[in-house]
This record gives sequence, structure tokens and C-alpha cells, in this order.
Amino acid sequence: MAPEVQERIETLINDNKIMVFMKGNKLMPQCGFSNNVVQILNVLGVPFETFDVLSDYDVRQGIKEYSNWPTIPQVYLNGEFLGGSDILIELYQNGQLQETVEVALAS
Amino acid sequence: MVTADQVISMIQTDMPDAEVQVNDLTGGGDHLEVTVVSEAFAGRSLVQQHQLVYKAVQSAMSSEAIHALALKTYTPETWSKVSQSA
Repeated sequence: MAPEVQERIETLINDNKIMVFMKGNKLMPQCGFSNNVVQILNVLGVPFETFDVLSDYDVRQGIKEYSNWPTIPQVYLNGEFLGGSDILIELYQNGQLQETVEVALAS
Repeated sequence: MVTADQVISMIQTDMPDAEVQVNDLTGGGDHLEVTVVSEAFAGRSLVQQHQLVYKAVQSAMSSEAIHALALKTYTPETWSKVSQSA
């Protein structure tokens, strides 16, 4: 991946406590999996930023390489990769997500 | 698109002990729900567990033969708890 793409990804991840790379944006998700993640974060009532990978091919491909993760959406919490849609759903259902996010936002 | 059998054999090539179930969510072969039970997941985080499976099916994902893979991963121990409560 080109260094400037990596730098853009790192800036997004480091500037936002919760950063979601998704298809569409938080108001209009363009994919069911991206929508799942937005709905979960909305229910938790926490602030988060989204980046629409459909608007930027370099970031769309680069984030897959950066995270070693082949699919979109991808959620970063305090600069660390937390997972995609399946993992967010599972962590939400077993109660770990609320706890993890609260700890991260308080830090 | 890929068949369920192809997905199972891709995963089992990388993870010989894995038990794999594949559900075709749309009937089109590109939105799959895959459940994998393997000892290899023991001691790994969910992200690491999914990365193991993604690695096994990498070629099909990068060619977009598989557009979406809903993954559930379990160790034999956690699977026995889940399947008992279901």
C-alpha cells in the first residue's frame, strides 16, 4: 500500500476514538453489514466517526491490507482493530461491547 | 460463486480438524454463513479466530467469488455449550 494511503488511514484511526470504515455513512449505510454496525453503535449511544470506503478506492483496498481483514465494515477503537459486523454483533449480544467501549471512552 | 463443498474443503485444507457448516443465505452462493469448530481457536481472540478462517478462503474472497461471509467460530468446548443451550 502507498505510504500516503497508510498515513491517511492512521490519521483517521488515531484522531477518532471509535472509527468505522463502512459502505455509505452513518445516516445512509449502503450495505446491510455496515448498517448492523451503525445500529449497534447508535443503540450504545456513543460518539463515532464513519468513513465511506465507496468514496475512495485506495482506502477501500488499503484498510483490508492494514487490518489483515478482507471485508468492510471495520471498526477501530482507540487505534485498535476491534472487528467487523459479526464480531460487533457477538460482542454486543454477550455484553462485552458495552464494557469495552465504556473503558475505551473513559481512557 | 463457490459451492458449499468448496468452502468446506478450503477451510479444512488449512485447518484439518475443523468441523464446518455452510449456509447459503441467498441461494446465490455469494452470501454465505459459515460455522467453524476447531481446536486451533483455543486461546485466540475473535479477531484472530476469524483471521484464521479468512486466510483459508482468501483466494475466493479476493476474487469476490464470496462477497460476504458471516462467520461464527467456536472451540470444541465453547461449541458444546452453545449447542446444548440452543
